[in-house]
Amino acid sequence: MPAGIEARVAELLQPYAGRPSELIQALHRVQGVLGHLPLEVQKAVARVLGVPPSQVHEVVTFYHFFRTQPVGKHVIRLCLGTACYVRGAGRVLDALREELGVDLGGTSADGLFTLEGVRCLGACGLAPVMMVDEEVYGRLTPGRARDILRGLRRG
Amino acid sequence: MITLEIDGRTVQARPGQTILEAARAAGIRIPTLCYLEGLSPRGSCRLCLVEVANWNGKLVPACATPAEEGMRVVTGSQRLKELRRMVLELLFAERNHICSICVSNGHCELQDLACELGMDAVRFPYRFPGLSLDASHEKFVYDPNRCVLCGRCVRACSEVEGAMTWGFAGRGVNTLVEPDLGGPWGESETCTGCGKCVQACPVGALAERGVATAEQEKRPQVLAEVTERRPRV
Repeated sequence: MPAGIEARVAELLQPYAGRPSELIQALHRVQGVLGHLPLEVQKAVARVLGVPPSQVHEVVTFYHFFRTQPVGKHVIRLCLGTACYVRGAGRVLDALREELGVDLGGTSADGLFTLEGVRCLGACGLAPVMMVDEEVYGRLTPGRARDILRGLRRG
Repeated sequence: MITLEIDGRTVQARPGQTILEAARAAGIRIPTLCYLEGLSPRGSCRLCLVEVANWNGKLVPACATPAEEGMRVVTGSQRLKELRRMVLELLFAERNHICSICVSNGHCELQDLACELGMDAVRFPYRFPGLSLDASHEKFVYDPNRCVLCGRCVRACSEVEGAMTWGFAGRGVNTLVEPDLGGPWGESETCTGCGKCVQACPVGALAERGVATAEQEKRPQVLAEVTERRPRV
C-alpha cells in the first residue's frame, strides 16, 4: 500500500481511531474527501478503526452510497422512486443516458459525469428530481435535464 | 423452569432456552439449516418455523425464539410443511444446486432436508448465477454457486475461531460470502486455515481440496465440541 494513502486516511479518521462503531461515519468522511473507496483505502480504514477487513467490505458493498470505483467530476443522482417515476423520471433517464452515452452507474467518457439512480431524495413535491453534486433540480423534463448538463459542461 | 406444550406434549425448558432447544431435549425434531449448535442463532433460513397456537398461530423461528410459559407450539401442521417446502425450493432455485455433480452429494444437509420434507421437484426456475469458483486456498475450495447464505461459516469464523475472515458482501439476491475485502481466499491476511468454516458448511460450497466426494463427510458438531471444551471465564 502506498504509505501516503494510509497516512492520509489516518489523518482524516483521527477522531474515529480505535472506534469500530464509527465505521459508517468514517467511510462517509473518507469517501467525501477522496471521492471513492479503493481497496487500499478500505484496508487503511479497517486498520485505523480496529475492525476486521471483512466488516468494512460488508458495509461498503451493502450501502449503495459507497463507491469503490472513481467517479466523474460531477455526480448526478436521479431519483427513480415512485413519485418521480410517475412524473416521468424514466424519460429523463433516457435523455441523460443518451446525452452522456452511459448507463446507470457509468461515468461519461470525458470523465465529467457519473450517472446514478437513487430511491427518493425527499423532495417528491418537486418530482421528477435529480441532484448534481449538492444542487437539487426539480420539475425536470428531458429537455431541461439536457440543458442542465450542457450548462455544467460549459463550466 | 418454564412449562410449555410442543405438539401436544408438555415439555420443560430453562429460562432463556429456545423453542428448538426445548424440542430437541424432548426428542421432537424440527428441521434446521442455518442453526448450528455452538454458534449464535440467526433465524435466517426459515426452515425451523413453527406455529404458536395461542399467539394466533403466529409463525416464529424455533431456533431464535425463547420458550415462554404456557406457549402452545405446533411443529408439523400442513401449513408449515408447505411453507418449509417452498423455502427449500427457493433455496435450491437461487444457486446451482445439482446434487449429481456436487462434492457433497450423499452428505449434504440441504439434500437431506429435501428428502425429509418430500421435495421431489422445484417449481421455480433456477437462476444459475454463474459465480466464479475460488480455488486459491491451499487446503480448501469455495464454490459460491452452492452457497445457501446460511452464514454458518461466517459465524464459525468470527465466534469460534475469531479470525473474522468471512463476511457477507452485497445485498439481497446478490449477496455473496467473501473473505476479507473480497480478494482470493488464498491471499487472505486473516484466515488461519483452521477449516472450521468448511466443517460448519451444510452444503458443498466449502470443501476440502483433494478429497473425493465419497470421503467429503463433514463434522459440523466440531463447533459445539470446541465451544463446550473452552474454559468458562
